[in-house]
Amino acid sequence: MTGKTILLILHPKISEEKYLITFMEIDAAKENNKVIVSVKGKIDAVTAPEFEKTLADFIVQGEKSFLLNFSGLEYISSAGLRSILFTAKQLKSKSGNMIFCGLKGPVRDVFKISGFDTIFKIYNTREEALK
Amino acid sequence: MATSSSVALPGAMDSLYTLIRFVTSYAGEHGFAGEKISAIELALEEVLVNIIKHTYEESGLQDLIEINCGTDAGSLVIEIIDSGKPFDIFSVREPDIYADIDERQIGGLGIFFVKKLMDDVRYRREDGRNILTLVAKNTPSQ
Repeated sequence: MTGKTILLILHPKISEEKYLITFMEIDAAKENNKVIVSVKGKIDAVTAPEFEKTLADFIVQGEKSFLLNFSGLEYISSAGLRSILFTAKQLKSKSGNMIFCGLKGPVRDVFKISGFDTIFKIYNTREEALK
Repeated sequence: MATSSSVALPGAMDSLYTLIRFVTSYAGEHGFAGEKISAIELALEEVLVNIIKHTYEESGLQDLIEINCGTDAGSLVIEIIDSGKPFDIFSVREPDIYADIDERQIGGLGIFFVKKLMDDVRYRREDGRNILTLVAKNTPSQ
């Protein structure tokens, strides 16, 4: 099932927009036999389980090929990388794969520091990744 | 430390963003910006989640996390204090960042990020408390 998931976490005591403290939006669509998962906002210790579940649900439905579009992702912590690695291990055992595009700023840095930029195929743009 | 600012909140996930924001706001007020703030935010999340999940939740302990922020010769000095079991982040083995998907261990990256992103990291055990000091210089990362 493709669609949109939005997770907003507001400060527990004050829920005005300026106190928004984390935000993740996942948009998923199928194209050229690939599930394109576009993630905006932050994948942190709080939002990572929802991100991981979105991917797990597709795998249960038999999907094996994923493009993660991170062009709208501003932040990822080790919790997010753990979800990616966990999913990648599952996909590998099913002869599936997972590629990335659009990494920027702090997200690109985190992929570099962790060596994730050498274990995954990363493209600059969505178009290049889908070629 | 010339000026300093402190906060103490329960060591629970509900406190996570307030504690992180306390430090990133302090850093912003003291001239830190952009990538450096992102690095501080990430290091804080990694340290705090580690304390909350492994030091407090796993042992059923409910206690505070205290953070003291200060500046020293233009650097941001962050002390993070918990009263859980001793945990020296230098005792944790670094992950093999060259291993392939099959061999890569899940976990261990958080602490690795803290050491990589901060300009100095110090640990001491004092009066039954873990005191972790993170130092971030106000220079562009890398």
